[in-house]
Amino acid sequence: MPLTREGIAYRVACDLPDGSYVNLGIGIPTLVSSFIGKDKEIFFHSENGILGMGPLAQPGHEDPDLINAGKQYVTLLPGASVFDHPTSFSMIRGGHIDYAVLGALEVAANGDLANWRTPGEKVPGVGGAMDLAFGVRNVIVTMTHVTNKGKPKILNKCTLPLTAPRCVKFIYTDMAVIDVTPEGLVLREFAPGLHPKTVQSQTEAPLRVSPNCREMNVPANFQQVAQPVR
Amino acid sequence: MVDKTLGSCQEAVAGVFDGATILLGGFGDPGLPGQILEALRLQGAKDLTVVHNGSGGGTHALGGLIHDGKVRKLIASFPSNPGNTSFQEKYLKHEIELELVPQGTLAERIRAAGAGLGGFFTPTGAGTDLAAGKEARVIDGREMVFEKALHADFAFVRAYRGDRLGNLNYRMAMRNFNVPMCTAAKHVVAEIDELVPVGGIDPEDVHTPGIFVDNVVEIVRHPEYLIITTEGR
Repeated sequence: MPLTREGIAYRVACDLPDGSYVNLGIGIPTLVSSFIGKDKEIFFHSENGILGMGPLAQPGHEDPDLINAGKQYVTLLPGASVFDHPTSFSMIRGGHIDYAVLGALEVAANGDLANWRTPGEKVPGVGGAMDLAFGVRNVIVTMTHVTNKGKPKILNKCTLPLTAPRCVKFIYTDMAVIDVTPEGLVLREFAPGLHPKTVQSQTEAPLRVSPNCREMNVPANFQQVAQPVR
Repeated sequence: MVDKTLGSCQEAVAGVFDGATILLGGFGDPGLPGQILEALRLQGAKDLTVVHNGSGGGTHALGGLIHDGKVRKLIASFPSNPGNTSFQEKYLKHEIELELVPQGTLAERIRAAGAGLGGFFTPTGAGTDLAAGKEARVIDGREMVFEKALHADFAFVRAYRGDRLGNLNYRMAMRNFNVPMCTAAKHVVAEIDELVPVGGIDPEDVHTPGIFVDNVVEIVRHPEYLIITTEGR
């Protein structure tokens, strides 16, 4: 069955290498930090000037001067550092952050990303989305495979305004793990019980099936009981 | 003897004139000079251009200033988070101008101004809607856009500790935009939690050297400060 939101985050967490510097966006990406195995040391970065961010602060233990980019009260792990915005965005734009895990509205076959302007949105806001998409070496997108109306989000060409062109390297959805390569999209894994053809039927852009393509290995509690998440 | 201390936030904002450009520090609550903002709201200067990451809460802090119609233009990266009703109402009625800038570009434009640079080329935004009308150049094979330095008349920030020389120290995530903002305005005032004697901040812990700061004003934090909600900030 397709994965839950937690399942998508879990699947990404499995692939982040030990020692990585990682920035997590809002939504499904935020969940990734919960699923990092104890055998790995991962350094989470927050745009507002934190490296080595720990879990959210427990109620009653919030530090009023310590929030993440989503304005939630957070904690620091031993070895953490705090700094100003120019330093923080030097880490991002300068290519020092290894992975950015971001949400997306649309991704194109060439890696174009659209995630900053929603249709019908009245007030625009970009935040750090463009800096991350342009600056981070490995941009991972996490999202549901289709919109809440069942339309594919992985397209031949984005219809929404771009956050950055050709920046996405990996796509993790409730149905699949897809690599963005110079030769196009390559299906690496599909959700338990699905078939590569099912994934293709929900994807506008053509998928090449990797010779090593396999069913995802995720625990049953990360799989949906009924319909795909919307 | 140098003494940059002020007795009140009213004094801190006394010189703000109609049409001034203000760098407003903070990201969320950390580093936001809330008391100076309240004083600015009462001071009455209008047609202001405010540079800040977001657009403030409903009718609180920057939201209040916008609600009162004192802000002509906002230069921000994320004015759109839910709860920022004052800005949204004015924006939809075309009563406030918005210059939308990617967050890292905003920080760097301020830093460039403080560092005496005219601007810089950045890959961020190249080929997107936010690069429209900007000078573009391919540098080392990569498309870049030119972003101009962002100067201001005033900068208002909050720090943790300060001394009469204007040296500032920040706690945790308070540093954010405040460090570059202190370098990029003609007149810089820091709201501080604690005024310490000269030498009270270890030289290694001075994050903003006093050369950049014109005035400091000590604000004693209320206990309620520790139970802030993040809603709409």
